[in-house]
This record gives sequence, structure tokens and C-alpha cells, in this order.
Amino acid sequence: MTTSFLATDNWWDLRDLSNLSGAILDALDKIAPQGVVYVAAPIIGFIGAFALFTLLSQLFIGVLGERKIIGRIQSRYGPNRVGPYGVLQPIADVLKLLTKEALTPSTADRLIMYSAPVVFVMPAILVWAVIPFGPNMIIADIPISLVYYLAVTSIPVLVTFMAGWSQDNKYSLFGSMRVVAMAISYEVPLVVSLLAIVVLTETLSLKEMVLWQDTYNIWLLLVQPLVLIIFFICASAELNRTPTDIAEAESEIVAGYLTEYSGMKWGLFYGMDIGYALAASAFAATVFFGGWTLFGLEEWVPPWIIFILKVWAFYFLFIWTRGTLPRLRIDQLMAFSWKYMLPIALVNLLVVCTERILWTDAFDGDKPFVYLFAIVNIALAIALVVGWARFVGYRPERTPSRPRLVREAGGYIPVSSVSGEGR
Amino acid sequence: MSSPIKSEPFVINVGPQHPSTHGVFRLKVTVDGEKVVDAEMIIGYLHRSMEKLAEERTYTQNIPFTDRTDYLSSMSNNLGYCLAVEKLAGIEVPERGQAIRVIMAELQRLASHCMAVGAFVNDTGAWQTPIMWLLRERERILDLFEMTCGARLTCNYMRIGGVAFDLPKDFVPQARKLIRDMPGFIDEVEGLLSENEIFVARSRDIAVIPPELAINASLTGPMLRGSGIAWDIRKADPYCGYEKYDFAIPIGYRGDAYDRFIVRLEEMRQSVRILEQALDGLPGGPHSTQVPLALRPPAGEAYARVEGPRGELGYYVVSDEGPSPFRFHIRPPSLINLSVLKEMTVGGTVADAIVALGSVDIVVGEIDR
Repeated sequence: MTTSFLATDNWWDLRDLSNLSGAILDALDKIAPQGVVYVAAPIIGFIGAFALFTLLSQLFIGVLGERKIIGRIQSRYGPNRVGPYGVLQPIADVLKLLTKEALTPSTADRLIMYSAPVVFVMPAILVWAVIPFGPNMIIADIPISLVYYLAVTSIPVLVTFMAGWSQDNKYSLFGSMRVVAMAISYEVPLVVSLLAIVVLTETLSLKEMVLWQDTYNIWLLLVQPLVLIIFFICASAELNRTPTDIAEAESEIVAGYLTEYSGMKWGLFYGMDIGYALAASAFAATVFFGGWTLFGLEEWVPPWIIFILKVWAFYFLFIWTRGTLPRLRIDQLMAFSWKYMLPIALVNLLVVCTERILWTDAFDGDKPFVYLFAIVNIALAIALVVGWARFVGYRPERTPSRPRLVREAGGYIPVSSVSGEGR
Repeated sequence: MSSPIKSEPFVINVGPQHPSTHGVFRLKVTVDGEKVVDAEMIIGYLHRSMEKLAEERTYTQNIPFTDRTDYLSSMSNNLGYCLAVEKLAGIEVPERGQAIRVIMAELQRLASHCMAVGAFVNDTGAWQTPIMWLLRERERILDLFEMTCGARLTCNYMRIGGVAFDLPKDFVPQARKLIRDMPGFIDEVEGLLSENEIFVARSRDIAVIPPELAINASLTGPMLRGSGIAWDIRKADPYCGYEKYDFAIPIGYRGDAYDRFIVRLEEMRQSVRILEQALDGLPGGPHSTQVPLALRPPAGEAYARVEGPRGELGYYVVSDEGPSPFRFHIRPPSLINLSVLKEMTVGGTVADAIVALGSVDIVVGEIDR
């Protein structure tokens, strides 16, 4: 597979930022002793990916954008006092959190409570190592980057348990018990559904998946719509975003595992939650939305800009659901994972395996067949989502959404005697 | 089958400082894992001894107290108290005064239900969006109150014998504009929530009150109607000329939290209907009768009840011919509706307990008085 990418190798060609970092490393190799390059390379990658993109996105898309958009959803302004249109609000928030006292309960397990935010930050940085910003702009181009992503993003579950357990607070313990139970259940359909992608594209590398989508000129979103839906729900659940934010359910257990955290220790949790959501958006943009490619436009526009815009666009979905939906109960969430998403994911995997075998053996890997599979899979997704819901006993028409109306006051009126306006 | 792992129930306090207690109210929940095995409510944090204080003040001076019991529906509370004193002293209210009282009481019901529905949906975990929408419309009603009597929350508008002031010139057009927009707005909220699968899953078959329990616990208001019992003081014992207006009583199906929610939304629609009729047929004439400032009703007792937003709001006043009541008692619907909280919460999960509490629509100022 080749990529039609026109960027030159000159260090000043900003369409591919890896030229710049390569030039720096080359220069460093000449003047510095051997081995320095191996230390310098990840640092440059860290500065490029994390400090320049993720941190700024966290502040201005995650904090400011989310508050602004949710403000609009709720028909209010959102922050608009600090700086023009409130753009400096995240900076003010960070300064406020830094100057705030970080309280620790006297009965808390101080070591674990202090280390939890630090451990929480670590995977949020590590996960960016395998995200391809451009054809050459990957910090670590490893062949199993999908597995790496799944492994790294399941570390936060452990951290939430550390945080919840160490505070000696009942609400925190409640929150962390919930999140552990939930995250483990949601890993299963997530991995099973992503397996379908791996079977179809025959690779575990995120970069190869982008190239696959470029080769066939179709986004995996269209070939595997079910996987996207399941991924989005599972990612919401693991990230504790509404409608699955039971770990920090404000109306029930105050702030869940974050109850006793204050100051920047809380700020690290809050900021890195957004970081994980951005990482999930980046993963989705890579796997389902064609990564840095945009049907040839990547030859003219820097691919990393296309990629970043896709990440932000996907992040909007997280904001949107947060501003709209109520929260599910824990047993409903677990039931949804095991009874609903897992069977659907398994059926989808079966269908994709069949398609793959047919495609390789019967159709000799002809390119047009992928479009046929897209149509089949979209139809299958709709049929499965609706049909399986019916199968497990979902009957919306049995829930009348208007009450019965009576004219005169009296006693109890049984349901059968007055016909209500059902839906 | 006995499990080798033993789990012990433990107690968590929901309140007095908690995001979903709607005031200083404490619910001591004993949980076994996520399951609630016992719930005990502890009230009295907001006790201000209103009933005793009222015995030291004149009849007119007591009206502001009634604002401060249920601070989300001060107009209904004013009305209940004034009706009780009028019944005691045998005072007739002119027709215009009665119509203005109906308008105010129904606007107050709309405002209060906005708050009730919004807070309830917030308790199910929606991140502030429904409550913000509902508060936006509630603002417009409070603006009308401010226009009429200068206050938005603690209105102190009703007087013994009528209302304090006549309606301002702008009031009727503004109120018409509001009730023209209101049905569309209720549709908007319904579109967001009524068929929202997550919301239905969280409130359907949660905190069920069977009709027998509802009657035995003397529940009133949407709590009672949600259980399928057609009971409304405005129909059963009309006051202020409610018998002239055409409206229906919405009743639920199974008595769960979702039924109480749809009953409240439908009551808002019915309130809009009453408001339309009241504004169309607003009579002229005086808004109040002349009542002596130092009112000394004849010895006796009177109990008057109104259909407040939360249920039957009763005022019991005893006179010994003195300038102040001998005994002053309030029947607060929130407190009596809350009495079934244990039945609603035990057996469910912690999350259900919060939904049950939210569906009662409590105002702690009224519970503790």
C-alpha cells in the first residue's frame, strides 16, 4: 500500500512535521555523543504531540469549548468574562486550581492518594505515542498499536480504584467500586467489536488502518457502523462521560472517587479525563474516519491539520451527549453491556469473518466488494440494533407518555377503565 | 447457597449537605452493596417555629410567614392562609379579586412545576440541560410576579379580602404572550425527556406507590394522581370560583416516578388552559374588600385547603377574638408526601432512592416550617 503524499523532505516543509524533528535529530546526532538522540526523540515527540496539541486541546476544546457548547445547549452563554469571548477562562481555571489548597483527610492513605493523580496522568500521555498524526508523524510506529492503545487506556480503571479506596470516604468507595465493575464489563464488547476491524483490515497497526481506508477510498465508519456505535458507547463508559458517568454521579454520590480531592490534584483528574476523551476521539478519527486522509485533500492541506480537525469534530459528540442525556443506573449499564452490546458485537464479528473469507477466497480481494460489504453491514447494523432490542424485550409503545385525563374528582380509576393517550 | 465472602451493610448519609436533597434534609440510607435495605429520614434542620411565631402577630402580619414555608409556591400559600382567615371572619372576596387569585395560583403552579420537573430530571443525572430550559421559562413567570407585586419569590401578594394591588396595565398582554408560548415549550421538554429511553429506564417502575398506599398515607397532589386516583381540591372542593373553569385532572397508570413526571407536565398544560379562560373572563370591579387592619374574627376555627403545586395545602386557624390567631397550623403537602419515602426506597438501589426523593418534589422550608 502506498500513500499519495506530496510533502518534500525539506525541514521547512510544514506539511510533514516529521521533517523538522528529523532535521533536529540529525543535527543533534552530529554534535552530541551517541545515545542522546534516543533520549531526545521521545522528548521531541512529547513536546509535539502532547504539549502542543493535547494540552492546548484539553484547555481550549475540552474545557472552554465544552463549557461554551453546553452553555449553548442549555440556552445560556457559558464563560464570557475572562478575555475576549472568555477564551482565557481555562488559564484562569488552572491558575485558580494551582493556588488552591489540596486538602487530605487525616484518615486517608496518603501515599496512594498522592500517587493516584500522577499515575492517572501517565497513560494519558503514553497513549499519544501510537496515534498517527500524519504518514510519518508517529512517535512510535509499532505494528500492534491497537493493542497498545487498549492496554494503556485500561490503566485509569486501576487509578480510579486507588483514588476511591485511599480517601477513606464512603462516596469515593462507592464510585470506585462502580467504575471497576463497569469498566471490566465494557472492555469485553469493546475488544470483541474492534476485533472485527482487525479481521477486515488484517492489521493491528493504526497507521495501516488509515492506509487501508485510503486504498479503498472508504471510511471504516461505513464498512463497520456497528463497531463505531459500540466503540463510542464503551469509550463513554470507560471515560465516565454522561450517560454512563456513574462513577462520579453527582446527584447520587456527590463526586464519586474524586470527592476528597481538591486543588490541582483534582485538576489533574479533570484535565486528564478530557485527555482520555481526546485520545478516544483521536482513536476513532484514526480507525473510523480515515485518520489524516480526506479523499485527496491531504496532498494540499497538511495532514495533521485534517487529523486534528477530525479529532475535535468527534469530541463534539462527547460534548453533545453530555449536554443531552440523563444517566443510566449501574445494573442497567451492566445489562446493556452483556445482554445487548456483546451479542451484537459477536454477530458482527461472525459476519465480518464470513465476509473476509468470501472476499479473499471467492472474490480474489476485488476492490469493489468492499462497497458491497458496506451496504450489507449498514443494513445489518440497523437490523441488529432494532431487532435485538425487540428480542430482549424492548417495547416502547407500552410506555404511554401522556397521562390519562378525567373530568371529575373521584377515587381510584383502574388503568383499563379510562383509555389514555398512549404513544 | 452460602457465599464464603460476607458483606456487611453500611450506612451512608445523603445530606444534610448533598447535591440532591434540595435543601437541608438528611436521608440515612443503609445499603448492602448498591441495594438499599433501610432508609431513615431526619428532618428539622430548617425549623423556624412558624406556627408558634404566628400566634404573636396579627392576621395580616402572618401572610409573609406563609411565603416562607414553601418558598417555591408563595402565592398558593398566601391563598390558602387568606382563604382560612376569610372563612373564619366571613369575608367575601370580589369577583375580580378571585380571578386574580386564580391567575396567580396557576402561574405559581407553572413556576413550581418547572422547578419540580427540572430538579427531578437533574436527579436522574441529566447534566443540567432540562433544568436550565425550565428555569428559563420560570424566569418569565417570576417576571410577571415582579411586575405585579415587586417580589419574585416571596410575593406576599394576597391579602385577607382580596389581593394587595390591582394588576398593572402591562400584565394581561404579557401573561397572554407567556401562555401562548407555554404549550410549545412544554412540547419541547416532552420531546427531550418523555420518550428518552434513558430517562424512561431510570424512572419507569421506580418508586412505585400502589393506590392503597397512596390513600392510606394521605398523599395528595401529583403523588396521589400519579397512582391513578382522580383527586384534585380544585374539583372536589372548589374555591375562588374554580368550578367555572374547564380543565381536566391528569392521572397516571402505575404510580411510579415516570407517572408523576408526566402528570406534572400535563398539569402544566391544564394550568395554561385555566389561565386562558381566566384572562379572557377577567371581570372588572374592585380587587379587594375593605378589611380592618386589626382584624378580630369571631371565636371559632376554620380549615381551608387549596390545591397547591405539591398537593393539598391546608391552613387551620383558631380565633379567640384576639388580634392574632390562637392557633395556627399548616398542613404541608411535602411532609406528608414524604412519609412514604421508606416504602419507595427500600429494595431499590441508591440511584433509585435519589430518583424517588426527586419525584416527591419536596421543599424543605415547608417540611420543617
